[in-house]
Amino acid sequence: MGYEAVIGVETHVELATRSKMFCGCPNGFGAEPNSSICPVCLGLPGALPVPNARAIEATVSLGLALGAEVAPHSVFHRKNYFYADLPKNYQISQFDLPLCRGGHLDVEAEGGTRRVGLTRIHLEEDTGKSTHLGASGRIRAAEAVLLDFNRSGVPLMEVVSEPDLRSPEEARAFAAELRAVILALGISEARLEEGQMRFDANVSVRPEGGSGLGTKVEIKNMNSLRSLQRALAFEAERQTGLLSAGGEVEQETRHWDEAAGCTRAGRSKEESSDYRYFPEPDLVPVALEAALLDRLREALPELPAQRRARYAALGLDAGAARLVAEGDGYGPLLDAAVAAGADPRQGANWLTGEVTAHLRRLGITLADAPLTGAHLGELHGLVAAGRLSATAAKEVLAGVLEGEGTPAEVAARRDLIQISDETVLEAAVAEVLAAHPAEVERLRAGEQRLIGFLVGKVMQVTGGKADPRRVSEAVRRAAG
Amino acid sequence: MSGDPADLTIAEAAAALRSGALSAADLLAAVRRRAGATEAQLHAYLTLDVEGAERAAEAADAALSRGEDPGPLAGIPLAIKDNMCTRGIETTSGSRLLAGYRPPYDATVVGRLRAAGAVIVGKTNLDEFAMGSSTENSAYGPTRNPWDPDRVPGGSSGGSAAAVAVGSALGALGSDTGGSIRQPAALCGIVGLKPTYGLVSRYGLVAFASSLDQIGPFARTVEDAATLFEAICGHDPSDATSYRGVPPVVRPTLEAGPEGLRVGVIAELAGEGNEPAVLAAFGRTLEALEVAGAEVREVSLPSIPYALDAYYLIAPAECSANLARFDGVRYGRRLPGDTVEQMMAATRRDGFGPEVTRRILLGTYALSAGYYEAFYGRAQQVRTLVIEDFARAYGRVDVLVCPTSPTTAFAIGERTEDPLAMYLADVCTIPSNLVGGPGISLPVGRDGAGLPIGFQVLAPPLGEAVLLRAARAVEVLAGFAARPALATSEAR
Repeated sequence: MGYEAVIGVETHVELATRSKMFCGCPNGFGAEPNSSICPVCLGLPGALPVPNARAIEATVSLGLALGAEVAPHSVFHRKNYFYADLPKNYQISQFDLPLCRGGHLDVEAEGGTRRVGLTRIHLEEDTGKSTHLGASGRIRAAEAVLLDFNRSGVPLMEVVSEPDLRSPEEARAFAAELRAVILALGISEARLEEGQMRFDANVSVRPEGGSGLGTKVEIKNMNSLRSLQRALAFEAERQTGLLSAGGEVEQETRHWDEAAGCTRAGRSKEESSDYRYFPEPDLVPVALEAALLDRLREALPELPAQRRARYAALGLDAGAARLVAEGDGYGPLLDAAVAAGADPRQGANWLTGEVTAHLRRLGITLADAPLTGAHLGELHGLVAAGRLSATAAKEVLAGVLEGEGTPAEVAARRDLIQISDETVLEAAVAEVLAAHPAEVERLRAGEQRLIGFLVGKVMQVTGGKADPRRVSEAVRRAAG
Repeated sequence: MSGDPADLTIAEAAAALRSGALSAADLLAAVRRRAGATEAQLHAYLTLDVEGAERAAEAADAALSRGEDPGPLAGIPLAIKDNMCTRGIETTSGSRLLAGYRPPYDATVVGRLRAAGAVIVGKTNLDEFAMGSSTENSAYGPTRNPWDPDRVPGGSSGGSAAAVAVGSALGALGSDTGGSIRQPAALCGIVGLKPTYGLVSRYGLVAFASSLDQIGPFARTVEDAATLFEAICGHDPSDATSYRGVPPVVRPTLEAGPEGLRVGVIAELAGEGNEPAVLAAFGRTLEALEVAGAEVREVSLPSIPYALDAYYLIAPAECSANLARFDGVRYGRRLPGDTVEQMMAATRRDGFGPEVTRRILLGTYALSAGYYEAFYGRAQQVRTLVIEDFARAYGRVDVLVCPTSPTTAFAIGERTEDPLAMYLADVCTIPSNLVGGPGISLPVGRDGAGLPIGFQVLAPPLGEAVLLRAARAVEVLAGFAARPALATSEAR
């Protein structure tokens, strides 16, 4: 019997606000340990939280973008548990009155589009970071714990999906699409390698085509799209194996071990925590005015799906449309290029081809490169006018990316401009025909392959700077 | 000038400082002498800030000598309850767990007093984390009542109340979660004001129960209490529950008198359950008010019998989370353990006293899965009923009145073995914490043992103007002028 997976994903996203969720400390990655801290995010006696309006707006923006219902009144709760890197030993989070409920995200899946429902989007504060010293770095055998509270209080948005995903690949596609939306909104840098986006997932399996739900297992600790997919694949297979052998799946929380490539049993339900949620009395309920919602709705940017559809309509194939729509900075650059006169497909080909390859060679990102939409427009003009060959255009792009100037400047400096002056071209053709009267005679007698020979000779005479297409036309004309 | 400056009111001292009859340094010296003469018996203070107080007094004198008007609190020696953070000065909240803890910042109220030129004499004793009604729960030993050292000063702000009563400060700040300003004010024969929730910033107040905690002043007169209130109230962007509007203006109507004032006597709190002497003094005050032109009538608040129950679920629930941060990880005392969890557990077991432990356990239980609705949820519903009851009453009267405490000061040790009897000490004060409105206690007489009796006035939220007007009227009519034995040199 075949089994299918039923998967829901919880995504934590650190928001890119200037300050932390409940205090004025800078919200940034990579500062010296315990340098971005204050009485509030350190949980000192007497300190009080004040909510970050920008973080609330960012969360609401995502909700609006995904068609969620935004709560006119939302409440922060205290989630109580003791942990050394949780300064107050409670986390200010949300419980039964989150900022957003419902909504959905459409994901390209095998056999079409899958509409993935969202349960909720809420806002909370991140914890500090523990580093366990000694032994293997594992918690149990650690000799000492180092605590860094720079991350404590960073705004953390949690997006909870419904169990609408049916395969590890779909879960990965969902996470990637969510990331693309978040990047388009500019509410987080969503850098996976820096832990700005982290995943937990619930997974169960059931006989294929069934409608009931199997016993679910929660998997924690996935920090990349790849580990999300691998962990789910491992877990779905583990559960399928259990059921196929006539066993049962135990409801539990398991941790993904990236190095070992497997999930391991963690907290069992016997020791599961009672978080004793209650409304945070240091804060008043969040009241979102209609005017604010209107303003946020109007400010929503083009979303990745819309952008992909628009590029597809411009003639880009699905792959190129996705690459351009989702590559960091690619969409705006292509839009600028088209505005500057570039052909959309040509521009997309350059971006996804030579530009991407050369950026990789240079080891920089598009944001750091000096390439503009105007450059691409200009490049397109040079090619269309026959002054640059397709091959030369790629070399010009490399030059622009290396900071050598505008396409025209690079082409001139690298001596790549094709001869487009008709009189020069005509003279070269005349010279070649005069030097090879026998071949011209045979061509006129119908030996067409001699065109190639003569064009080659003209290219030789012009040092390769003539446009072969035009040379070919000129040879035909002169010999005809 | 004649008399001991430690016996001056804030208004009198401010006038003497302005006229040049008294210097801030001399005033501080007088208050220190009084502390020196009384502290061995009273134990009102946990920490004295000798240097900081001298610097502040010098600064006030310098400003006065330059002819500047440094404000009504410049050079005035004040005491601060030790659950308000003072930068660089030990702040223990009466707990062993915070022994030696020096905060890196001033509470907003402390900053406001400093900015007003006040001289902060020191930090006063309290029940551990403000949980108690007698100041016996302090990890540093009890404070005694200046009227009778064998009795408690009330609590939890007993140190502040005793210091002001005896003259080792001219005024003080306390915090009131269920009566912790008003009840000790009553037991020590002084004025204690709990302002409207949100009018005074809680930033820097070591939290007990966030939705109930309110900082307020102690003074010897209603006018002085008003002066301190004016100095500390107002919006604070660091406290999300801080009121954003303009605070009530109290001074113009302070002397408006009782005429036409509609006074409601809370039936449920002004009858049996109070000691006869307390009821007698309360009744005399009501008669005086009526004679002076107030309309006195009885008002019933049927939800009041349930207020104490609701309070003893809400306050412990909030405290169980608020006190979770005291784990030995980042500050305070730390006991060793093999794991982080064991270290935290050992630190907390050793650091918290029995009353604090009891309330943390109560609150943790009340919030537990399966009990939340029956306990915490139900308590919040009762709170809503109490709020509605009071709102209805305030539709018919301007202020509500009742005794502040059913008894006068009780003996040290008398109730320590019986937490429920101790909890009843706050039965009259707790409702206004649930409601959020202001309340004030002021002395209106003494019992047969010479112990002071407090009279409580309550007003609707933001009703400080009518509250203080009524209190001032009662103060004039009661004419309470007695001073505790310890404040007079003969007794020392």
